[in-house]
Amino acid sequence: MHSCPGLFHAGVLSRELLKGSDAAIRNPHVTRLLCPLPQCPPCTSCHAARAALRRPRSGQALCGACFCSAFEAKVLHTVLAGRLLPPGGVVAVGASGGKDSTVLAHVLRALVPRLGISLQLVAVDEGIGGYRDAALAAVRRQAARWELPLTILACEDLFRGLTDAVARRTAGSDRSRYCCTFCGELQAARRAGATNIAISHNADDMAETRLMNFLRGDAGRLARGGGLGSPGEGGALPRCRPLQFASQKEVVLYAHFRRLDYFSEECVYAPEAFRGHARDLLKRLEAARPSAVLDLVHSAERLALAASARPPRPGACSRCGALASRALCQACALLDGLNRGRPRLAIGKGRRGLDKQATPGTPGDPAQTKTIR
Amino acid sequence: MAAPLSVEVEFGGGAELLFDGVKKHQVTLPGQEEPWDIRNLLVWITKNLLKERPELFIQGDSVRPGILVLINDADWELLGELDYQLQDQDSVLFISTLHGG
Repeated sequence: MHSCPGLFHAGVLSRELLKGSDAAIRNPHVTRLLCPLPQCPPCTSCHAARAALRRPRSGQALCGACFCSAFEAKVLHTVLAGRLLPPGGVVAVGASGGKDSTVLAHVLRALVPRLGISLQLVAVDEGIGGYRDAALAAVRRQAARWELPLTILACEDLFRGLTDAVARRTAGSDRSRYCCTFCGELQAARRAGATNIAISHNADDMAETRLMNFLRGDAGRLARGGGLGSPGEGGALPRCRPLQFASQKEVVLYAHFRRLDYFSEECVYAPEAFRGHARDLLKRLEAARPSAVLDLVHSAERLALAASARPPRPGACSRCGALASRALCQACALLDGLNRGRPRLAIGKGRRGLDKQATPGTPGDPAQTKTIR
Repeated sequence: MAAPLSVEVEFGGGAELLFDGVKKHQVTLPGQEEPWDIRNLLVWITKNLLKERPELFIQGDSVRPGILVLINDADWELLGELDYQLQDQDSVLFISTLHGG
């Protein structure tokens, strides 16, 4: 698989072997000798520049420029093979200002001529104090630099400080578990004028999500989560994840070699979220078996549930029209719960207690959602 | 015996938050008996530059999983990782991949 010789300095190598070091024996570089001095092999694509990295699955050594081209080619292949973005489509990229959505927007913009699509950025302001302001500033800079239309769905009038409010009102150690549920649901709000939504989840995100779904016994998400694209159902827009097969490391390296400006602070609620446990487990697995993350994503694509376990097809929220597997979508249900003074009403087992719908004109009425540009 | 070395140490992707938000550090490593490699550099960084929460940067004698290391713009995997011997004027960049995007 690896065509280039290993690169340990001979003195270091013999020191490790004499010590009987496990690390030396496990390291694949050790088994392939040997350049006398540590140096990078030439790029196997252009043969001109020296290599800057190896691709995780193939082990191919590439320079920065060739790696970026290969990365873009891979995304193009993912989109074309999956028919994710039809020609003529108006594609809204969910932009958070972070590394993944920055890379996705940059790559799709480069591929616009090949794909025949038009591109815009969409961002959601869930009202997470401090964190979201700086992130949105990064999105605004990107929209200006790339000359892309930008729509920010400001839920502030309906949802003023809502995610923080959820955090304050739900007590104790449960609080942190619920903040990300709420944050994620708000991300699914309406987009303006688009025919497709492109989401920037990378392979590591997908693997973590699949692992979380298994750990929670969430058959519904396991059934729905597979598949590169989600067709639009119940009035929702078709969604896709063009970076699904790109590892997080490759996304970061692409952003580095293309000198992309992105925002990178941890969401204040992230340290306490359940996803962190899945991530830690995956990182340990990856250390033992480097292809574990991508393999998990690929096997999830092939997963089929037994007929008895499959959930019913989702419909539309009776209040706002978003994709929903129950009468109310999660965002409207969460809002209902907060307004009734029962913040956990729509979270986890609390959903079983949700049986009434709010009347029009109350918070949760989609007519009250404002869009700012 | 290693002579003093002048290297540039840089942090990105959020890792700079552990270093007072400062991304670029021009560093002079003192002369010492053992040669300067990345392993020693990490110890030096932890002692002299790291301001908070070492567990977010270091794990054992290496970096925490999820932190990429680029030496002169090349992945450290190509250069021997912890065993790479630093040269004068080398540039070492630590990029955290652990934040949302």
